[in-house]
Amino acid sequence: MGTFSSTHFLFLAVAALWTVALTAIAFIGGGLAGFAVALARISGNRILRGIAIVYIQIIQGTPLLILLFLIYFGVAVIGFKTVPALLAAGVGLTVYSSGFLAEIWRGCIQAVPKTQWEAAECLALTRWQRMTRVILPQALRMATAPTVGFLVQIVKNTSLASVVGFVELAQAGKLINNSIFEPFTIFIVVAGFYFAICYPLSLWSRSLERKLNVSHR
Amino acid sequence: MSATANLAPMAPGTDEATVTPLVRLANVQKSFGAVKVLDGVSFEVERGEVAVIIGQSGSGKSTALRCIDALEKFEQGTIHVCGHAVHDKDLDRRALRRDVGIVFQSYNLFPHLTVEQNIMLAPTCVKSMRKAEARELARTALARVGLADKATQYPEQLSGGQQQRVAIARSLAMMPKVMLFDEVTSALDPQLTAEVLKVMEGLARDGMTMILVTHEMGFARKVASKIIYMYRGKVWESGPASMLDQPQTKELSMFVGTGLK
Amino acid sequence: MGYHFDFAALLPYWRDFAMGILLTLQLSAVSTVLGFVLGTLCAIGRSDGTRLIRTSLAIYIEVIRNTPLLVQIFLVYFGIATLGIHVSANMAAVTALVVNVVAYTSEIMRAGLESIHKSQLEAADCLGLSRAQIYWHVILRPAIERVYPALTSQYVLLMLASSITSQISAEELTAVANRIQSDTFRSFETYIIVGILYILLSFVVRIAFWAFGQGLFVRRRKLGTPL
Repeated sequence: MGTFSSTHFLFLAVAALWTVALTAIAFIGGGLAGFAVALARISGNRILRGIAIVYIQIIQGTPLLILLFLIYFGVAVIGFKTVPALLAAGVGLTVYSSGFLAEIWRGCIQAVPKTQWEAAECLALTRWQRMTRVILPQALRMATAPTVGFLVQIVKNTSLASVVGFVELAQAGKLINNSIFEPFTIFIVVAGFYFAICYPLSLWSRSLERKLNVSHR
Repeated sequence: MSATANLAPMAPGTDEATVTPLVRLANVQKSFGAVKVLDGVSFEVERGEVAVIIGQSGSGKSTALRCIDALEKFEQGTIHVCGHAVHDKDLDRRALRRDVGIVFQSYNLFPHLTVEQNIMLAPTCVKSMRKAEARELARTALARVGLADKATQYPEQLSGGQQQRVAIARSLAMMPKVMLFDEVTSALDPQLTAEVLKVMEGLARDGMTMILVTHEMGFARKVASKIIYMYRGKVWESGPASMLDQPQTKELSMFVGTGLK
Repeated sequence: MGYHFDFAALLPYWRDFAMGILLTLQLSAVSTVLGFVLGTLCAIGRSDGTRLIRTSLAIYIEVIRNTPLLVQIFLVYFGIATLGIHVSANMAAVTALVVNVVAYTSEIMRAGLESIHKSQLEAADCLGLSRAQIYWHVILRPAIERVYPALTSQYVLLMLASSITSQISAEELTAVANRIQSDTFRSFETYIIVGILYILLSFVVRIAFWAFGQGLFVRRRKLGTPL
């Protein structure tokens, strides 16, 4: 058994990059899917709306851990023999993020006053034009702070990708711990890495929120 | 009612030990930063008197009222209220608040409690009164402000005037010796103002000692046993309600002139 | 391809699933109650404590909110062991969940406390209520009512997050599932079942909170308006 060394630290630093990469995948994938779900959630079509509601309820009612297992083993069911860890983790986190981002953005879109819809309608804009020219720009302003806030959640939740064997920060910590068994030191360092990624995002989210509140008053 | 309403401003430094007046301010001074809001305010209010403080906004009238209930600190001078020395560092604030009731411009009812619970809260908490007894008391207080039928409603279900009457009832239920009213009708439209003033008139008739800050000059003439006109942090003129008809200073005459139009 | 679903293989394990559900609910309930009480105290400390208390609480809350629960669970689990104290995995799980949820509760409650207007305190003060009485009757009660929906969401998330304690082998629902799937090799079926169970559980927890709120907040029940 060795002690925690600079090699270990470097290993964690590289793993931290994978955490960031996985976050990016989940955020971009989840963002695209989530936006579609948000639009479906407020669409005029009842069936589309119903599907979106059920989708969101399922994602928000299931632990991410279970979602990851389901995707990991589900891909095998479809017929793939081995599942690349990055694929399983990426898809799992994307699905998870889409369910939550959809709900956050739906809230922001619906927070735009009804009168704005009416005003846009009176200008004879089409539904699509109303959405893209009038509603979304306003919703976007409200959405930035909670979206950045949720980004912090994604970063933290990438730690669960370790259960499908993806070597990100938490998994790297576990691997090092298996060889030198210094759990306290190792996981403090791991926590430090996470904090270094998340805290600036939290601060950013908070300052966005403050700016929005000020401009609203 | 007091027969000794004197015209001249009271000299600061009059004997503070005498307890005859229920409320006595002597040379009270207070600043917000560089601005002197109270510049040697002195006046007395006898038991059963209705003192009405008038003056332009910024003249310090609300601040003076808030000093009486120890809601504002002041740098100099003394205030005695029902035997409590408000200027004293060791003032027992809770004991003071048992004797003094105050009603605010913004009602400040507790939104999560029913009208009745609003009134019962202080008697049960402060006087350890039993629930049933407090409820009885609340009903009596509500009847006095003409809202006996609203006991189980919530503040948001009432009009502004009704809420303000509940606030008065809430204060009354603590059986205060003095009641302070801080521009209680300023947020209300004329019709609702009238119903609140009617309640206050009733209290005055029943002999309640009251000090009120108001812009309602008509009401001041009708119920005041003493008018205190404040100007730039000073008691500029004081005397019986009739003084409004013969102002001694040009400031008051201008104020009354503008106030009436 | 041609995968044959076999849920019947899991039937003999119904008792294990039930025990897992029970432990998940126990873990969540204990963490929720402790988390609420301690979180509320932290919120009070953050707004009314001495400078030292305020700063320490702020650091604690920021650290917890910006690191993953999984890492916190490892730290608590191994940390306690390092101290030479032996605790069960379940005990470590509850501790970690409480440490975690207190920070989130505290932030929610702080928003609630700050939503109470100063004039309310002044009015209560003028009625002669003591500091403790003001805190309870005029600040906390309406503050809790106001943030109750946010608290509900937080505690549903907590129930779902308790699944992560399976990583230190606390015997809750997810850990049970992990064991069953490795016994039966019916992994996909197992996690489908467990997924459905969690959805039902979160539904039940939401209903329970709603019902509790209906009993607690009479005004809301009668008027249906937010405070």
